[in-house]
Amino acid sequence: MLRLDQVVKEYKTGDRALNGIDLQVPQGQVLALIGPSGAGKSTLIRCVNRLVEPTSGAVYLGDQEITSLGSSGLRRARRRMGMIFQEYALVERLTVMENVLSGRLGYVGFWRSYFRRFPREDVAEAFRLLSRVGLDNMVDKRADELSGGQRQRVGIARALIQNPELLLVDEPTASLDPKTSRQIMRLICELCRERTLAAVVNIHDVPLARMFAERIVGLRQGVIVYDGTPEGLSNQVLTEIYGVEDWDASDTGETAPSKPDPTRPKSKPDVEHLVGM
Amino acid sequence: MSATSATRTWKRPALISNPKWRWAIWIGAGVYLAFAFGTLEINWARLQEGLPRGQRFLASFFPPDFGSRADSILDGILESLWMTVTSTVIGVMISIPVGLGAARNLAPRPIYLLCRGVVAIARTFPEVILAIFFVKLFGFGPFAGFLALSVGTVGFYAKLLAEDIEDMDPVPPEAVLATGASWFQWLNYAVQPQVIPRMIGLAVYRLDINFRESAVVGIVGGGGIGATLLTAFDRYEFDSAAAILLIIIAIVMAVEYSSGFVRRWVQ
Amino acid sequence: MPVRHDKDIPIWRRRTTARKWGVWGLWLLGTAIFVYCWQLISDKTIWMFVWDAPTQAADLASRMSPPKWGYMSELWRPLWDTLNIATLGTLLAILLAVPVAFCAARNTTPSALLVRPLALFIIVGSRSINSLIWALMLVTIIGPGVFAGVIAIGLRSVGFVAKLLYEAIEEIDPDQVEAITATGANGPQRVAYGIVPQILPAFAGISVFRWDINIRESTVLGLVGAGGIGLQLDASISTLAWTQVSLILLVILATVVVSEWVSATIRHAMI
Ligand SMILES: Nc1ncnc2c1ncn2[C@@H]1O[C@H](COP(=O)(O)OP(=O)(O)OP(=O)(O)O)[C@@H](O)[C@H]1O
Ligand SMILES: [Mg+2]
Repeated sequence: MLRLDQVVKEYKTGDRALNGIDLQVPQGQVLALIGPSGAGKSTLIRCVNRLVEPTSGAVYLGDQEITSLGSSGLRRARRRMGMIFQEYALVERLTVMENVLSGRLGYVGFWRSYFRRFPREDVAEAFRLLSRVGLDNMVDKRADELSGGQRQRVGIARALIQNPELLLVDEPTASLDPKTSRQIMRLICELCRERTLAAVVNIHDVPLARMFAERIVGLRQGVIVYDGTPEGLSNQVLTEIYGVEDWDASDTGETAPSKPDPTRPKSKPDVEHLVGM
Repeated sequence: MSATSATRTWKRPALISNPKWRWAIWIGAGVYLAFAFGTLEINWARLQEGLPRGQRFLASFFPPDFGSRADSILDGILESLWMTVTSTVIGVMISIPVGLGAARNLAPRPIYLLCRGVVAIARTFPEVILAIFFVKLFGFGPFAGFLALSVGTVGFYAKLLAEDIEDMDPVPPEAVLATGASWFQWLNYAVQPQVIPRMIGLAVYRLDINFRESAVVGIVGGGGIGATLLTAFDRYEFDSAAAILLIIIAIVMAVEYSSGFVRRWVQ
Repeated sequence: MPVRHDKDIPIWRRRTTARKWGVWGLWLLGTAIFVYCWQLISDKTIWMFVWDAPTQAADLASRMSPPKWGYMSELWRPLWDTLNIATLGTLLAILLAVPVAFCAARNTTPSALLVRPLALFIIVGSRSINSLIWALMLVTIIGPGVFAGVIAIGLRSVGFVAKLLYEAIEEIDPDQVEAITATGANGPQRVAYGIVPQILPAFAGISVFRWDINIRESTVLGLVGAGGIGLQLDASISTLAWTQVSLILLVILATVVVSEWVSATIRHAMI
């Protein structure tokens, strides 16, 4: 289904984020990608849909090679991969419905999308998905009026309306409280099962990964150091991935090391001093 | 569930939810535009006549003629620069007491109202109109332009200074006041540090504005490069005009570039 | 650092010695420049006129009052023209400024080497030159009238709107655009869904604010023949019709106050 072949990514700064990654994900498999901060998890996910351009190596989706596609081919390939982000990455000033429908942009021409004239089936599907993720009555709310959990649900609906074969999920729960984190993870896994979707889920929270994923891949400094079942994730393996730490003594794994939500200050158009500009 | 939602349709919620208002605004805007264009009274014949002249003007930028009027251009530019410097300095100096007085959290009510009044009057009229009157009163020459620019500076700077003081973080000033500081000590220790960096930036910015305005007051006799420019256009000496415009642009760019440095330096 | 030891007793000072001298030097330099500039201006000033100014001012004031209210009937049309110059000029500026801003913003420019410097130069050029000078140019080229005023306001405002707009574009949240990209959207769709919603409030605020400034500026364009109420002002001053002048000034005052109020109200409503 998804196949990475010797993928290398070296950033312009010289950081070698991925160092020859080989990975295969069959259809319907939920794979959790764990590893310390800076291991290259986000880079790996972004190399798949080429939000980050891999330096060398190849990525195949089905039997199509993504890495050699031109720009319109790439757009068509991106429709087949839904992406879910840590900070939700909703377009804040658009409504919930517009955000969900933006998942159909790859299928709809510019003017249709500009005038928000999406095909009837797309709108119906959007309503279905919104009620599936539990946001029935929020259709016309603006995205910046939602809570974190609600936003992530919109993000999930946006990814699913693409009708993808693969979900790329980058730390879906890092900005959420423990309970909501579980709900969101459960929702993602259920949806993958319903639709036999493959998913690559970046996650910091090892217990959560153990609970929901069928397969766990450990990444350290751009190299895969573990690939196996959740049961095989022993303390020794964790040490190999994350470095030395007393894994049983702390139960901090329960709560994700959540990054602070970068709340941008609302930009008030303060222009008074620009008179002579 | 899916049966009912399949029939649901969705439309983007309109910016103005009341349809009556929405239509009224659209129609009103349309009618206004129709009338506005209708009363433009474009003289097409004159416009046609202007095309070759416009071409000649554009062509005269390649290359512009700095030489043949070099003396009066240099004179005008220097005069503009003197006016810019003096009016910015004097304007800012007057702005400080006025601005302090116009800050609601600092000045007693009567002084506040007085200073706000001064600011409002200084702001209302464009510098050119002020210059017309100052030329009438003080005679032709850079002094009138200097006064007009100074008044403009007060209107700009005092207002922003007052607003900055009103917006400042109230906790440090309270802390300083709690030490038993006098009013002037308080000003020096609590208010000044908070507003100074931005105000220095704004002073440089006003310098930039004053230079650009100084090119205009000359048109009504207030000194500076404007008079030279007006003559150049009146005599259709487009290459000299192009030279003047390029010099103005270059100076504005230079001031803007150095203001970036100043701002970084005061931070 | 700025602590000096004097016989083992530390003495705190605000600045180091070098910095202290530097600051003094700057003050001295600044004062010298100011005095020099002032000297040059004062050489060109006939001080007799200046000392005489208070009497002149009193005289002028007495000749200006009371305003000639009857003249108002002749001012409605110029006032309408002034409004149109500001409004149509702002619309023209917006139309031109949007593409310039997208070319100037680092994150949307088609080419950082060729297109961006050109866009930045358009912005500086437009901003450096006062609308009155733009009007002077246009009156010479396309002839006097309201149309020249509209174009002049438009050309002056392009730089203003484009500069503020491109700064807003550079400050957008790239994650939102990335998410739209990941759905397989094409270039125009990325702009329409990822960028435009983010800059729309700034854009509206900038436009309204510039309209307000343009009302003020278009009141004087008539001085060089580019239409609006400035024409009447110019004519009244040159015929020494001072009671008309005072009425015109009152009208300008009222217009400016109203436009400022309108613009502030709209901007407040938008936040
Ligand atoms: N845009 C970029 N430019 C340069 N270097 C980058 C860039 N993005 C990531 N890197 C580098 O690549 C490496 C991997 O980063 P990546 O974001 O993939 O890590 P991660 O595993 O997702 O970490 P985290 O858990 O903190 O999200 C890091 O060393 C980082 O500094
Ligand atoms: Mg990451």
